[in-house]
Amino acid sequence: MSDIDLRRRNFLKTSFGAAAVAIAPGMLLFDAAHGKPQSTGGKMRWGMLIDTTQCKSGCDDCVTACNRENGLSGGTNVQARSPLPNPLGETTSHSTRLQTTAAKSLVIPQAGEGTNDSLREPRLKATDSQWIRKIEIRDVGSGRELSLPMMCQHCEHPPCVDVCPTKASFKRADGIVLVDRHLCIGCRYCMMACPYKARSFVHEPLHDQNPDVPRGKGTAEACTLCVHRIDRGLQPACAEACPNQAILFGDLNDAGSEISMKIRSVASVQVRADLGLNPGIRYQGL
Amino acid sequence: MKLFASLLLCLCIPAALAAGTNAPKLDIGKGGQCVEDVQWMRKNHMHLLKHQRDETVRKGVREEKRSLKNCIECHASMQDDSVIAREDSFCVACHRYEAVKIDCFECHSGTRKSAWLQRNMK
Repeated sequence: MSDIDLRRRNFLKTSFGAAAVAIAPGMLLFDAAHGKPQSTGGKMRWGMLIDTTQCKSGCDDCVTACNRENGLSGGTNVQARSPLPNPLGETTSHSTRLQTTAAKSLVIPQAGEGTNDSLREPRLKATDSQWIRKIEIRDVGSGRELSLPMMCQHCEHPPCVDVCPTKASFKRADGIVLVDRHLCIGCRYCMMACPYKARSFVHEPLHDQNPDVPRGKGTAEACTLCVHRIDRGLQPACAEACPNQAILFGDLNDAGSEISMKIRSVASVQVRADLGLNPGIRYQGL
Repeated sequence: MKLFASLLLCLCIPAALAAGTNAPKLDIGKGGQCVEDVQWMRKNHMHLLKHQRDETVRKGVREEKRSLKNCIECHASMQDDSVIAREDSFCVACHRYEAVKIDCFECHSGTRKSAWLQRNMK
């Protein structure tokens, strides 16, 4: 009996060994073939730490920078609306006038904290996209006032991805939540699912987009963390534009990165942490 | 055999000439061959673009050579920096001829990045 067991154990040992030897080079080659330096690795997780004590009320440099970088009209660009002749026969004269909730931002109250929002009213049309917005909050009890930018929080467990019927909403390996516009059918489930009201819908035909940031009518969109800049090794436009360096961008998974060290040393919170979505954007002094 | 050959020649030459006259005349911009030869690209460019788009959007692989941006960089007209602005623009001319609608430029810019920068980054 023991004799048979021994042989079986030996057999399993050798077969596992052989399997490991057979698979290992394949896995290594797979990594090599798929170009690690180009493809985003699953090892990092991009995030931001926003220092609300440094964020000045009335300053909207981050919003302006975002609009400029991503070609959002920001309520000022009338040129984006003028119909251009399109040789492919697309008519651009009609426009849908639907109300979007994204333009009218509401603050998300912290659990157990009596906050009250006073809405900053940008000159946005109801159909304008907004990827980042400034929010001014005031604690009713103490009268303490805060100003902070709010955008896609790049959750680890994003509800927008859960509800997307076409898998257009997805999370990249490095934690950035994006919309694949090639698959988006414009159902706007993600806009309803997002607890941060981060997503916008493109209602009208667009022209003259930034070649790095394709956007178009009929698709949902949100902050991409300036993914085209990150892939080139740059910071997101808002982080770069902030005059007080209130937005710290970096890799949350790298223990030696500036953002990780700061998160370890100062108190920071995630907005609506009670939902358990583990957002990649954290706020300090909230 | 000779008769057959001459018959074939008689049939082929007018056909070739006719094809030459009807074929779309397009503004190829800078042109040049960087990916594959012309005939191969005519047949397969859409597969390359579709493959590359998924790699780029989903995995962040931004291979310069096969990106739509790079195609536009070389093939945009030298006059208006666009692949879609005119009837004989690089993309439009053939797609008109073949009656195939392209959706790319409802979201993507059809102009050179350098030209876009000049216009928008003052």
